[in-house]
Amino acid sequence: MNPDSETEMLKGFAEQEYKYGFVTNIESDTLPPGLNEDVIKFISNKKGEPKWLTDWRLKAYKIWLKMKEPHWANIEYPPIDYQAISYFSAPKNAADGPKSLDEVDPELIKTYNKLGIPLEEQEILAGVAVDAVFDSMSVATTFKDRLAEKGVIFCSFSEAVKEHPELIKKYMGSVVPQSDNFFAALNSAVFTDGSFCYIPPNTKCPMELSTYFRINEPNTGQFERTLIVADKGSYVSYLEGCTAPKRDENQLHAAVVELVALDDAVIKYSTVQNWYPGDKNGKGGIYNFVTKRGACRGKSSKITWTQVETGSAITWKYPSCILQGDNSTGEFYSVALSALKQQADTGTKMIHLGKNTKSTIISKGISAARGQNTYRGQVMIKKSAEGARNYSQCDSLLIGNKCGAHTFPYLDVRNTKSHIEHEASTSKIGEDQMFYCKQRGISEEDAINLIVNGFCKEVFRELPMEFAVEAQRLLEVSLEGSVG
Amino acid sequence: MLKIENLHVSIGGNQILKGINLEVKAGETHAIMGPNGSGKSTLAQVLAGHEEYEITDGKIEYLSKDLLGMDIEERACEGIFLAFQYPVELPGVNNTYFLKSALNAQRKYRGEKEMDAMEFIDLIGDKIKLLNLNDSLLKRPVNEGFSGGEKKRNEIFQMAVLEPKLALLDETDSGLDIDALRVVANGINSMRKEENAIIIVTHYQRLLNYIVPDFVHVLVDGKIINSGDKNLALELEEKGYDRIVEEAKA
Ligand SMILES: Nc1ncnc2c1ncn2[C@@H]1O[C@H](COP(=O)(O)OP(=O)(O)OP(=O)(O)O)[C@@H](O)[C@H]1O
Ligand SMILES: [Mg+2]
Repeated sequence: MNPDSETEMLKGFAEQEYKYGFVTNIESDTLPPGLNEDVIKFISNKKGEPKWLTDWRLKAYKIWLKMKEPHWANIEYPPIDYQAISYFSAPKNAADGPKSLDEVDPELIKTYNKLGIPLEEQEILAGVAVDAVFDSMSVATTFKDRLAEKGVIFCSFSEAVKEHPELIKKYMGSVVPQSDNFFAALNSAVFTDGSFCYIPPNTKCPMELSTYFRINEPNTGQFERTLIVADKGSYVSYLEGCTAPKRDENQLHAAVVELVALDDAVIKYSTVQNWYPGDKNGKGGIYNFVTKRGACRGKSSKITWTQVETGSAITWKYPSCILQGDNSTGEFYSVALSALKQQADTGTKMIHLGKNTKSTIISKGISAARGQNTYRGQVMIKKSAEGARNYSQCDSLLIGNKCGAHTFPYLDVRNTKSHIEHEASTSKIGEDQMFYCKQRGISEEDAINLIVNGFCKEVFRELPMEFAVEAQRLLEVSLEGSVG
Repeated sequence: MLKIENLHVSIGGNQILKGINLEVKAGETHAIMGPNGSGKSTLAQVLAGHEEYEITDGKIEYLSKDLLGMDIEERACEGIFLAFQYPVELPGVNNTYFLKSALNAQRKYRGEKEMDAMEFIDLIGDKIKLLNLNDSLLKRPVNEGFSGGEKKRNEIFQMAVLEPKLALLDETDSGLDIDALRVVANGINSMRKEENAIIIVTHYQRLLNYIVPDFVHVLVDGKIINSGDKNLALELEEKGYDRIVEEAKA
């Protein structure tokens, strides 16, 4: 090892130590359940935030108080008691977690093994107390260096508030305002942390950015906030999540993700999400209410959302694009799987404002066992959007007889010089298809995987290579045993 | 190799096969002819293990094992191949990838090493030539949008790659043009080996000019009413089913 990288590593290590120190410090300050202005001030204060941000949170809280939880989605869940949630629980001390993998739900370990996740990573994911994340730390450090060379900023949201307040002030809430919806308002009031990313003009980010490398403090996942700004002529590909189900104590998740693409900038945002599905009794399944939106603010800019959703008990998610800049492009590629008793209501919104703006929507819904899958898509073409074009394709695949698929496309076209195309299909894995595959010697499970992968091909193609392979594995594991 | 005794099969309460007896030895080629709806496809599907049919009586022995006790994949891996009368479409599933998965599933069953992509491509090269298969069919999803004749040719291509012990060909000739018929018949003939057997279901004597059968059986209303050599097929063509049925009764 050369001395330079060694110092770097030690430095990284020191930072890590410091973080843990910080954690221990605040632990005694964990708040009891409940939400009011004092709670928000407490959070803001604990994070050492400037006054403008405290005020911003308080404003969001006031808006939230006046809002009602939306119930238009095609999902059912028991009422959520927002006063029963603790909005500032200090990151759990590692010692509170399981002491070893032996103490972790064996089903979870089985899944990790099927996904081929190495042991050390399994420990991190399952929240096992590990002494030092040595490997990942050094990876993270070299990673930071390479980004810094190009002037790319990639850090936690809290860090960005301290180091780059002007960028945060300018862009936070500019795509998803506090008043946007109930869950976004709640997030704006109480968000804990998240990621911030800025790509300077005419820069191609030298690597795929992934939260996976940015070691998150534990327990920030519940009200996460992400902001990505791609300045003029820049390019970034961002990967969210990981295929391994992460153990999580929080049932309710309400994240906000904002993307801003300036002139000629390109943002590719890919998500492969597999929340902890709960134990075999379904306990602990995650409710995922997330607001994701991108603004193609500059001319000829482009935002692509690609998502592979499995896992959570309830998914409420509509990654959207506001196509402001002339000739800008929005794309949405989605695979959503609902198996077991999962419910997914997901889709996208494409809002065309600029001239000759273009959007593409490819949605693949898979329902198995007793899963319910709903696609909800809106294409809005405003008067100013002359020459706008949209192409939508929504396909549903049913596996078995007890599941369901629902499609709700909404169109709102105010400009006659625009063009919209919509295609939809629902198909079922037929018994004749299964017979055909089995007659060739292929097992039932492999046959289903073949057909499902064929069904999802157009979306997988949009994912970075490695992610695509993982996504494929993930679907296979998720579908296992859900047939019949 | 295959021994069917007193086979009775019904579906949805309808008795379709009413006591079939048939023995097929390794190295033999049998043709089964008969009017529409007489139960030819039913017999082929039952041999392949289709679960919709109810076996009400009889037994089937295959390679000295009880065939009816085996599930569909197991039969396939033990060397039974059914070329479908109506091949099924698998949207989005690449044709070559599908066939490779099938071959590897069978190899795994037999305890052989699975083939990687390169080895597989080597293997199929000759078969593609043999069947004069259009390259683009290999890249497309299984049977999706294939013409009737292309589907049949693809079935025989799969057969050529999987090299089954017992091939059941259900009206593989229907829908083929004259040239294609010759090519496909060639492909089937290349399969005829001492250790293999073939059962061909067909309506037309024409195919049997290319693939000369050792035995011809006439299936009418769920029963084999007549068996003979290749000349029986010629006789059928000449006289039609009605007279053969009458002669059988007499
Ligand atoms: N799923 C089903 N439900 C009810 N009847 C069926 C079903 N499948 C087959 N049959 C009936 O069984 C009989 C035999 O059908 P089969 O397909 O075996 O005939 P075949 O001899 O192959 O005819 P063809 O020469 O037209 O292909 C027919 O009367 C058919 O209608
Ligand atoms: Mg038939």
